[in-house]
Amino acid sequence: MGLLTSLKDSISRVTDGLFAADEPKRIGIYGPPNAGKTTLANRIARDWTGDAVGPESHIPHETRRARRKENVEIERNGRKVTIDIVDTPGVTTKVDYKEFLDHDMDKEDAVRRSREATEGVAEAMHWLREDVDGVIYVLDSTTDPFTQVNTMLIGIIESQDLPALILANKTDLPESDVQQIANAFPQHETIPLSALEGENMDEVYTKIAEYFG
Amino acid sequence: MPGATPDVDGGDDPADDGVRIDMISGARMEGLTSMEKIRLILDGVREGNIVILEEGLSPDEESKLIEVTMTEISPDDFTGIEIETYPKPDSGSQSFLDKLMGRESTQKLTVIGPANRIETLHKDENLISTLVSRK
Repeated sequence: MGLLTSLKDSISRVTDGLFAADEPKRIGIYGPPNAGKTTLANRIARDWTGDAVGPESHIPHETRRARRKENVEIERNGRKVTIDIVDTPGVTTKVDYKEFLDHDMDKEDAVRRSREATEGVAEAMHWLREDVDGVIYVLDSTTDPFTQVNTMLIGIIESQDLPALILANKTDLPESDVQQIANAFPQHETIPLSALEGENMDEVYTKIAEYFG
Repeated sequence: MPGATPDVDGGDDPADDGVRIDMISGARMEGLTSMEKIRLILDGVREGNIVILEEGLSPDEESKLIEVTMTEISPDDFTGIEIETYPKPDSGSQSFLDKLMGRESTQKLTVIGPANRIETLHKDENLISTLVSRK
């Protein structure tokens, strides 16, 4: 009886392992506010599933809850990768409702938005520590990447040993400076793209398959 | 409580006359748990103080600091923190034994203050220049 139980357990462990390998990897899309994370998540979801993930906006903290698009199958060079995309709120160390008053909001709406934003950032940090298998880190290539939030987040991702792909977004804008991002994080490969215009998405998908497959 | 900020002598509220800076040694932080460290920092910052850590926080503690800070933000009271550290030294500066043993140095001078009172003017590998305003 003991031998049979032991054999059953061994078989169960092997089959669990096989199924675990087939399970979609949860890939968190992280970065500072307004880097284009939701635009990228929508671009990937539309290209491979036909659906969007969430609304995009130029107002900071439009995404205030982590949103997941499940079972996105990406085929590249004969390889098929299945991922769950987790679009996360932009990470920051401060949120002041007064900043939203500049975007035609009254105080009540601005306070509500700031409260939701703080909850969303806390949730995103929790996801990063507990619930993602890899990270796509999105940066706006028209802005200075040498910020404390970027330094801390890349450090956190590296300390968790998570595979990380750094994307330099908004290459369609004339001020774009991809090299500045490559210089800021030389230990990682930097892939340029415009999620809005769909530029260089072929390379992005190849790298997603390579990093997370 | 091991992480409690000590009272300072001289006056009812010294912060009325200037900006208080707490410089916390690595030895002081060494025996504290992650949450005790975070409480020590945030209690000081919420009182309007600038906190300087001799040895900084680990990446996991930094992640928790952001998370706890977010839960404490409230309109017209506390808008969060400004935090600056020198960039992480190149991993090439770690010894072979440290790499082999997975030991990662977290020693990096860290400045933390209330977001509405501290503004970073310049930062590079060797210099952090900040402007601190009174209340």
